[in-house]
Amino acid sequence: MMKRAFAALAVVLVGLVFLHIVGDYAELQALRPLAHYYVTQVPAQLGAPNVVTGILISWRGFDTLGEVAVLFMVAASIGLLLQQGDGRETASPPRRPASELVATGAMVLLPLIFTFGAYVIVNGHLSAGGGFQGGAIVASGVMLMLVANPAARLNTALLGAVESAAGVLYVCLGVLGLALAGGFLDPRFLPKGQFGAFISAGAIPLISALLGVKVGAELSVIIDRFRS
Amino acid sequence: MSIGVPVSTILMITGFGLALTGLWGMLTHRNIMRIIICFVLMGTGFNIVMVAGGYVTGATAPIIDRALGAAEAGARAIDPVPSALVVTAIVIGFSVTAVMLAFAIRLYAAKKTLSIDAFTESKW
Repeated sequence: MMKRAFAALAVVLVGLVFLHIVGDYAELQALRPLAHYYVTQVPAQLGAPNVVTGILISWRGFDTLGEVAVLFMVAASIGLLLQQGDGRETASPPRRPASELVATGAMVLLPLIFTFGAYVIVNGHLSAGGGFQGGAIVASGVMLMLVANPAARLNTALLGAVESAAGVLYVCLGVLGLALAGGFLDPRFLPKGQFGAFISAGAIPLISALLGVKVGAELSVIIDRFRS
Repeated sequence: MSIGVPVSTILMITGFGLALTGLWGMLTHRNIMRIIICFVLMGTGFNIVMVAGGYVTGATAPIIDRALGAAEAGARAIDPVPSALVVTAIVIGFSVTAVMLAFAIRLYAAKKTLSIDAFTESKW
């Protein structure tokens, strides 16, 4: 009872802080200077219609590289945490096969999910989407595949190799930007192309695709680690 | 139908409500899985608050297309910086959740229970 009272007190106090924030909040009427710079300069300088992707891949590209590094470390640390656990006990009850509904549904949906994931990845510079979002969609397809077929084994070695290659290429593109354009991960070393065309916006689609491959492979490895 | 409250304020209240729900759940539940779920709930609430904070009255998504010409983008686009930040926050939140779940599996393997009352070693 006492614990609940303290918990309620803490929630009420934090709630008061939030109430003040909401009370003082006034909707922005115009963009802040930094946001205005991004909104006008991403289309003008990078030739990318999607401002958020432009920010993520170019100005904050180094940070995005750090994020995929964090994902990689998570995959590695989960492997470390779960490997020696009870490796021998997994043989106990054999997994039930998935029901017909799930199996048939997966057969129908999997190609659609993977296609949609690829579409979201490569259209990141034109429309809502990008490497992280598309990678997550692809990984959700992998999840469905593993649910529908519990006996399936993912080739984690291949996934790891694909993921490492994508990471190395990502850094290579960054270094190319350093050598040929304004700085590390500057996508302007390739021509801007026609605004809004599929092949445009310099190296942004390339970086986005590598990001999507890397995120998809990393998330699939993480899902597979949890299964064992 | 209009209720007179700006849409971003509604979103912000929703986000803070989710965050408070998650905080309450984290403090009162004893099951580690439920604590992790509540943590994710809290993180989702804060993400919603951040996105809502970037809303500009009457503006639209910062994607330059037929609906939003390059010339009027400065006047009619929402703030893209919180949106870009939230992408980062979602990825990091996912990573933290994955590590927490892995630890939960290890804890379960050690004590065969997920109740946090069973883990008294680091309690004083």
